[in-house]
Amino acid sequence: MPPFGTAGEPLSEFRGVRDRTVVIDTEHLTKRFGGQAAVEDLSLLVAAGEVFGFLGPNGAGKTTTVRMLAGLISKTSGSARIAGHEVGPEDSALEIRRIVGLLPENVGLYEALSPYQILDFFGQMYDCPDGPRRANIERLLRLFDLWELKDRPVATFSKGMKQKVALARALVHDPKLLFLDEPTANLDPEAAKTVRDCILALKKEGRTIFLTTHNLDEAQRICDRVAILRTRLLTVGAPDQLRASLSGHRTQVRLERTDDTLLHQVRERLSPRRVERSAEGFVVEVEDPDRENPEVVRAIVEAGGRVRSVTEVGPSFEDVYLKLVRG
Amino acid sequence: MRVAKAWIVAKKELAVLRKTKSVLYSVLAFPLFVAVGLPLVVMAAGGRGPGIPASVLPVLLDSFSFFFIIGTAALPVTIASYSLVGEKVERSLEPLLATPATDSEILLGKGLAAFLPPIVSTYAGSVVFMALMDKFTIAKLGYPYFPNPTIAIILIAIAPLACLLSVESGIVISSLVSDIRSAQQVGGLMILPFAAIYVASEIGLLPLTWLNLLAISGVLLVVDLLLYLVSRATFRRDDILTRWK
Repeated sequence: MPPFGTAGEPLSEFRGVRDRTVVIDTEHLTKRFGGQAAVEDLSLLVAAGEVFGFLGPNGAGKTTTVRMLAGLISKTSGSARIAGHEVGPEDSALEIRRIVGLLPENVGLYEALSPYQILDFFGQMYDCPDGPRRANIERLLRLFDLWELKDRPVATFSKGMKQKVALARALVHDPKLLFLDEPTANLDPEAAKTVRDCILALKKEGRTIFLTTHNLDEAQRICDRVAILRTRLLTVGAPDQLRASLSGHRTQVRLERTDDTLLHQVRERLSPRRVERSAEGFVVEVEDPDRENPEVVRAIVEAGGRVRSVTEVGPSFEDVYLKLVRG
Repeated sequence: MRVAKAWIVAKKELAVLRKTKSVLYSVLAFPLFVAVGLPLVVMAAGGRGPGIPASVLPVLLDSFSFFFIIGTAALPVTIASYSLVGEKVERSLEPLLATPATDSEILLGKGLAAFLPPIVSTYAGSVVFMALMDKFTIAKLGYPYFPNPTIAIILIAIAPLACLLSVESGIVISSLVSDIRSAQQVGGLMILPFAAIYVASEIGLLPLTWLNLLAISGVLLVVDLLLYLVSRATFRRDDILTRWK
């Protein structure tokens, strides 16, 4: 059994991570509530400076994993280390909480307080000395365009502004590892873009970011690697690598015209391949486009079809996700 | 346990309390009523007809002193339940629990924030109460009635213990309910035992002698210790994040 035996993860990927400083390292990490497994047998490595996407449907165990790794809740079995600190013992959990920043799924702000008061409180909780704390609060509030509003109660803020305050709160102690639990959920496109830009800026600063999200496009654009979870880890790898690893390509053939008779004849000739009608022709599922496309074109021409163009369509990241999650 | 860390939590709680006018006013209103309202009643009654007989006055004043206990038992549960259930409603406990503070430090901070305002306002109110009443008793009895052993036991022993009982109850209640109104309604029941003692003293069943007051203090101390264990077991981050609704 490989040391980090996760489905779909090539060995080279482990080597790539192992060569760098490992910040998150879990082995067979499991959390059960009563008899129900929320997370089971989770083994993964996250390297320093990586933006690591953590995807999965509702109830897949993403938030539970984040809470375990951030030293908030206990594990049932397995092991996990955050920057060398063992997840589990109370002393170690305190150290872990000192070095990580957490943006929970719900922003959870004190509505009666101002952004400055909130950041000041959390800065004190993280033992930040007075001078650097105040300087960092000002830097963060200016970074998020909140400096002018620093004394207003956050109850008066929009969702996007609250999310920015929550993100600033997660950064107030300048953590090198950030857990962001669905940071753009429920935000309008503009606010979501602002938050994504912030994440990209944090990535440039070299911080390690563990990002849970439902937004596949966001994961594909921001993350160096993603893991897909459904209680158990289904796969892990770079988004492009996962797309390439998914067997099953599609060939889109544009035709001058299509009808049911032609579709029927093409299906007979290309059986057992799956052939579907599209807006301007047919889409044929193939295993090896280079080898099979000439045969596809010949079958259509022999059935009387007049081919305008042939395009190879690879699986999207969404296809990968859905195929894995639906099992 | 780092008290300094707990004090950071307490300061934040007090800052939120200052912005939450309804809770703040209730903390100030009750001691103000006892401190000023009751002396006014006594003075008004004393000025009518034959007035309050000198033999009845000490019993009446001791009974009125007991109101400070009822106040300290009623007020903290409001603050404690607002503090914890309010965090539940705002979902702000998770980021707080993500900081490098222990459960005990967070609990102590919240407890201090619920304990200090009622006890301070009660003490401030009691000073005003005693000063106003002494003006009356010097004229009526020929000597200042306060301070005396009865109110000393009430203020030094029973009021803080009742206040602590209320804080701990607020914590336990907060783990069971998910909205502030329910927490405060259940918390309101806290005053019933003290109201019962008050009634018992009024009908002569349990006179407020210093011996009886010391016995009440002893019982409260035991109950406080038991409730501390329950509230400490209730406030565990694993349960807060996964079981509290």
